[in-house]
Amino acid sequence: MTTNRKSRREFLLKTLQGSALTATGALGWFYLIQQQAQASPHAVRPPGAESREEFYARCIKCGQCVQACPFDTLDLAEAGSYVPVGTPYFVPRQTPCYLCPDIPCQEACPTGAISETLEKIEDSRMGLAVIDIENCLSWQGLRCEICYRECPLKDTAISVEHQPRRLSKHAMLVPLVHSDACTGCGICEKVCPTQQAAIRIVPPELVQGEIGEHYRLGWKSETSITQDFKSSTDQSAKDSENPALDYLNQDNEL
Amino acid sequence: MSITRREFLKSNIAAVTATTVGIPVSQVVNAAEAEQDWQWDKSVCRFCGTGCGIMVATKNGRIVATKGDPDAPVNKGLNCIKGYFLGKIQYGKDRLTKPLMRMTDGQFDKKGNFQVVSWERAFDEMEKQFRKAYGEKGPHGVSIFGSGQYTIQEGYAAAKLMKAGFRSNNIDPNARHCMASAVVGFIQTFGIDEPAGNYDDIEYTDTAVLWGANMAEMHPILWARASDRKLSHDKMKIVNLTTYSNMCSDISDVEIIFKPNTDLAIQNYIAREIIKRDAVDHDFVKKHCVFATGPYDIGYGMRGTDKFAYAAEKDTQAKERKVTLDAAEAIAQRRKPGEVVKQGNTKKPVKHWMIGFEDFKKGVEPYTLDFVAELAKGDPDESLASFKKKLKQLADLYIEKDRKVVSFWTMGFNQHQRGSWVNEQCYANHLLLGKQSKPGDGAFSLTGQPSACGTAREVGTFAHRLPADMVVMNPKHRARSEKLWKLPAKTLNPKVGSHYTKLMRDLEDGKVKWAWIQVCNPFQNTANANHWITAAREMDNFIVCSEAYPGISAKVADLILPVAMIYEKWGMYGNAERRTQAWREQVAPPGDARTDVWTLLEFSKRFKLKDVWGEKKIPGLKSKGFKEGKLPDVLADAGKMGYSPEDSLYKVLFENDFTKQYKWPDAIAKGHANSTVEDLGVDWFVEKGLFEEYAQFGRGHQHDLAQFDVYYDDKVRGLKWPVIDGKETQWRFNERWDPYCKAGSGFDFYGPALKALPSGDLDGVKNKNKTKLAGKAKIFFRPYAAPVEQPDTNYDMWMTTGRVLEHWHSGTMTRRVEELHRAVPAAQIFMNPDDADKRGLARNDLAWVESRRGKIKARIETQGRNRMPKGTIFVPWFDEGVFINKVTLDATCPMSKETDFKKCAVKVYKV
Repeated sequence: MTTNRKSRREFLLKTLQGSALTATGALGWFYLIQQQAQASPHAVRPPGAESREEFYARCIKCGQCVQACPFDTLDLAEAGSYVPVGTPYFVPRQTPCYLCPDIPCQEACPTGAISETLEKIEDSRMGLAVIDIENCLSWQGLRCEICYRECPLKDTAISVEHQPRRLSKHAMLVPLVHSDACTGCGICEKVCPTQQAAIRIVPPELVQGEIGEHYRLGWKSETSITQDFKSSTDQSAKDSENPALDYLNQDNEL
Repeated sequence: MSITRREFLKSNIAAVTATTVGIPVSQVVNAAEAEQDWQWDKSVCRFCGTGCGIMVATKNGRIVATKGDPDAPVNKGLNCIKGYFLGKIQYGKDRLTKPLMRMTDGQFDKKGNFQVVSWERAFDEMEKQFRKAYGEKGPHGVSIFGSGQYTIQEGYAAAKLMKAGFRSNNIDPNARHCMASAVVGFIQTFGIDEPAGNYDDIEYTDTAVLWGANMAEMHPILWARASDRKLSHDKMKIVNLTTYSNMCSDISDVEIIFKPNTDLAIQNYIAREIIKRDAVDHDFVKKHCVFATGPYDIGYGMRGTDKFAYAAEKDTQAKERKVTLDAAEAIAQRRKPGEVVKQGNTKKPVKHWMIGFEDFKKGVEPYTLDFVAELAKGDPDESLASFKKKLKQLADLYIEKDRKVVSFWTMGFNQHQRGSWVNEQCYANHLLLGKQSKPGDGAFSLTGQPSACGTAREVGTFAHRLPADMVVMNPKHRARSEKLWKLPAKTLNPKVGSHYTKLMRDLEDGKVKWAWIQVCNPFQNTANANHWITAAREMDNFIVCSEAYPGISAKVADLILPVAMIYEKWGMYGNAERRTQAWREQVAPPGDARTDVWTLLEFSKRFKLKDVWGEKKIPGLKSKGFKEGKLPDVLADAGKMGYSPEDSLYKVLFENDFTKQYKWPDAIAKGHANSTVEDLGVDWFVEKGLFEEYAQFGRGHQHDLAQFDVYYDDKVRGLKWPVIDGKETQWRFNERWDPYCKAGSGFDFYGPALKALPSGDLDGVKNKNKTKLAGKAKIFFRPYAAPVEQPDTNYDMWMTTGRVLEHWHSGTMTRRVEELHRAVPAAQIFMNPDDADKRGLARNDLAWVESRRGKIKARIETQGRNRMPKGTIFVPWFDEGVFINKVTLDATCPMSKETDFKKCAVKVYKV
């Protein structure tokens, strides 16, 4: 089994490296990749892959990160898959990223597609774990919490909250993912015992909302009343752009 | 044609659900249709001692689904992740379905490879080898490794075959590794085994103190109840006493990390505080308790000889004979540091005598906060002041007036070189405070295995036990058993057999030459395993292993018998709160696999009374009325009872007039099959006959079980014994709840065992005249004793072992479930990151863990579920690839003979 897989990988690497060599520098190739990337935003990328655009712009599909990965996590996308052909990605349910402290994929990357600015593997953001609470066993009250116990950043990326079940005198120990710490390594998705994983890694932008800039959660941001208030005028308001006048002066008939 | 209102409602609900989860309604309807011919029945979980109720669905002879039983009071429809996979455990790809024997050229050969043989051929060889060992060594040359996972009927059949048939007490369950210290605690304190309270204590209490019980992982559903209590009851406090930080600490109010064995000192500190603050419930103590103590120089349950010890083992081994007291031990035992104490009471560690309250007070006097804190603090990074504060908080919680307290423990107490002592100390504090045998108040031993209580203990599958708390040493108990079993007088052997670990040592000694392993995995679960594996494989003996999957014991065996798993047979289990639960056979065993009961009964057919009831030699037997070293010939007396020497054991023990009155088929089966009955080709209901025969022992003797049929009633979800007039007992020894209490007593600790004691002081017996203690519980003084093996410059770390939530015991079942295996594929070395650093190790690095006895290789885990203090590692034991019992020490509590798997000294280094 393993040898088969290995030889397939080697074959794949060679052909892809070949095609990468011939195509490198050709504008059309990058254009193609970027088109594909927009069409299929689900791929989970190696640690340190920064923004999608940045990553595709820099990745030369050389496959060196794939070879450097000691757990055979990374693979290069084949043609016809949902991932731009030749770029590294991984499928957490099959093999997650085990968060090597020395980040060998980054070391191997010749172009900085896997960003050199990533210093600690815990700071990588490959994706974000999302729980399907309708199918998560722990959220039904079963004592599972495998994702929590196996999370390499247990208690920071995934925590367990005790909640009353109400149907009986049992508490539920429900796992919660914290996006500020989740690396998207996918170990939780790998170990989730349901038939289809009830916790999955997705690109954060697909699922994460954002609270308005104009609002702060009262109990979360600490503020105190400013004691030496400095008054100023609002420079951004311009009378000429005020639509009120337009409205008031428009169609005088009511 | 017309759709009923109920169906309409159901389909409507389906539509609503379907919309929410995005499944087309047509698919939901199809699924409902597909489930229409599923057949559901009630059952029990296969795994831990919690005893969750399960509903099992079958179709076409296969389990198609399970669910937590919503009507089961224990779990109310819930399961842990092991229970979630009950439907899959029977269907592993490498399930054993044919007898396999080591053969060369068609003959049995210990060095041969396993080959498929017929049952007939398997039994032929088993019988031949049995006769050889039995003939050469006598009844104690053969043995059974039994189980706390036996059904009641399996344990009963095995114990009866061994004790009444073969006249051998060499049957001992893996429950010895699990609950034996709890048993000694119960028997010595109350005179009767098993908890006074029940799980409802969780919902009544104000305080749960965990003493070496990682309930969050090991009793997951009970932990959900404790957590709910914490959420819903403001007063509720949880204290987690442990040697490393685990998942229970997450919601604990106080976490106390202590050094191995110092729980003994902490208990005495609490006792001292109770007395010092005058919090003793004097009225309760005066009416219902006496004080007692016993000798300290009882050894560590290791071999008395170093004949078989590896060179590296000899220094630890030598301490079995004499010990040099360290400074703390000297203070704790009121002696001088450096004093060499010959271990003079290794043969009689259980003896004890009455003392006075003033003696008790004197005993606990050295256990001041300063002394205990200094001794017990287990996390080098914690300040002494912080640790002291926590100890004081602990004492405050116990002592606070009107605060209800339950102490829970499992293997932290039981697998302990002074396990029986620490159990007794826990009762002592509850009794001193009068916080015992009341709703929400009491010391509660959490059982590890699904029927450690129901079978191993209640049926008595131990080397010294008979059913219903009786023991082989007691002539009255033997006589009563002989009467119920219709045996001639003196058929039963008065000499205690070998306990589980000693059976292994007996193999190495060549004393036991034939062993039958049932429902357990002794070669993986016994400490210091290298010795026993060599003995089994290299010496002249014959090992039979009844198994469902090829585990280590199967690999070590000479003959493997494929056996039915839980839902492939009829059975009953008894959980940790005395709840007896029953299930029917749901599906047939696969291939040629047979039920364990069938294997026992079928094997018994091969022996006649003349083979076993003649004079037999029992080396070391000394008992009143018996010739030294001999069991008498009882065939003549048997003749007077109407037996013929030609009668088979099967006819005498199993298919007798009593059992045969229970006919098969039986309406209680509701159409379910019975493989035992079918494969035996009989018309009596084997499991019912065995159960009813067994139940006679306990009825009227404080262990009353209901009628067999009652447990199969659709509405019944198990009953907590004693069941009297159809009513179960919630809190024992409390007159309000327990009909066995004397009227007007209030509390009555009526257990009959060990209820007459000589008296003396802390140092020994002064008055040999025995005082009768009917109705009293004993408050024991037990001192701190240092662990026999401790880290030194060479083996510089503590190593402790245990389970993980995802796997059951040695993993033979749970590792066959792909999802559980994927979740936790291998055992890791849990280690403090600084300890790892110091050894040049990083997370995921492979490292050796080596002790005086053996070594294993595993990956380092510096984070994850357990947070280790510096100086201690934890390695779980489920993984046969990380065979941690090669490393562990086979020291036991000398009283209970239960192995201390929780502490030994190791070194850890990079591979």
